[in-house]
Amino acid sequence: MNRRDFLKFAGVLAFGIAAHQSVNLISQSRARDEKKSTKAWAMAISFSACARREGCRDCIDICHLIHNVPEFDNPKDGLRWIWASPYESVFADQTNPFNRGMLKNLSVLCLCNHCDNPPCVKVCPTKATWKREDGIVMMDYHRCIGCRYCMAACPYGARSFNWRDPRPFIKNINKDYPNRMKGVVEKCNFCEERLSQGLIPACVDICPEKALIFGDLNDPDSEVSKVLRARFSIQRRPYLATGPRVFYIF
Amino acid sequence: MVKIIIGLICLLIILFSPVGYNVITGRTGYIPLLKTPQYQGDCVEGTIYMRKRHMEVLERWRNAYVRDGIKRYVSINGIYNISLTGTCLKCHSNKAEFCDRCHDYGGIKPGCWDCHHIPEIKAEK
Repeated sequence: MNRRDFLKFAGVLAFGIAAHQSVNLISQSRARDEKKSTKAWAMAISFSACARREGCRDCIDICHLIHNVPEFDNPKDGLRWIWASPYESVFADQTNPFNRGMLKNLSVLCLCNHCDNPPCVKVCPTKATWKREDGIVMMDYHRCIGCRYCMAACPYGARSFNWRDPRPFIKNINKDYPNRMKGVVEKCNFCEERLSQGLIPACVDICPEKALIFGDLNDPDSEVSKVLRARFSIQRRPYLATGPRVFYIF
Repeated sequence: MVKIIIGLICLLIILFSPVGYNVITGRTGYIPLLKTPQYQGDCVEGTIYMRKRHMEVLERWRNAYVRDGIKRYVSINGIYNISLTGTCLKCHSNKAEFCDRCHDYGGIKPGCWDCHHIPEIKAEK
């Protein structure tokens, strides 16, 4: 091959690679446009409706059952997707002494806030957690390396770590949903697997007092949009600019 | 010179001892026998393709389901739910005599089963 032929060949090759790349980029951006979701999932939790049944654990039990969340005797090993905590610790920043007195014995339901601006996503070094178009902060357990940066970043304590192999501690295994393994972080997924089948989250579905309201904030006629427009609501630590998508109403 | 040749022969014997072992025990032509599914029909892709590429299909399924939120797989054979336990193992219900036979033979240890479940083997009729 002489110099002239080589230059010709190199030119054609470079053009080919460039064409291939640009075709790829165009097809990828088209694919992205097609699956753009217009949903913005959110939840409202009513303090008063939830408090009507003292000691009720229906939502917690059903969530942990269908998602194979194990139960450990030692709370240090504990895993939780949804849990109840006293008002004064969940809303430690609400310093109004009269409210604190009034709500002293109130137990508040907590779960992942599926933040608009999730700090856990920002710190994840492997993109094992990310925000979907519909606002759900997802976990890819295949990618999680267990560094627990996300747990440090989450201001709501919504994430827990598998210190031990969870499988022996799952009482009733739901074979339709995987469990996790030792060394990964897990959290609530807003029942993403149910939403894709057109169902609402299991905790919302089972609540006997209808204390949990779930829906699409982009739809002005959804129940959650209506409730949040009509009633006074608070968020957990909104000044951190995480934009929680779980709202609390009285 | 003789010492070198003896050494080489010893080396060859050691090197080929696994082959010799298989010849003596009559396992030279061994290939793992798989229990293929009862269900008479096609897999999500052709058999030869699946035999060669099932791991790539599974990885694509995993990424599509978890990361892109795509829950259905469309192939020339039909439309399938993307699910290891729900779709693959529904037909290939006998993991021990299907998945494990080859994986054990090849010394491959996939981590799928740490988290994903194996459906109970249905009684054969």
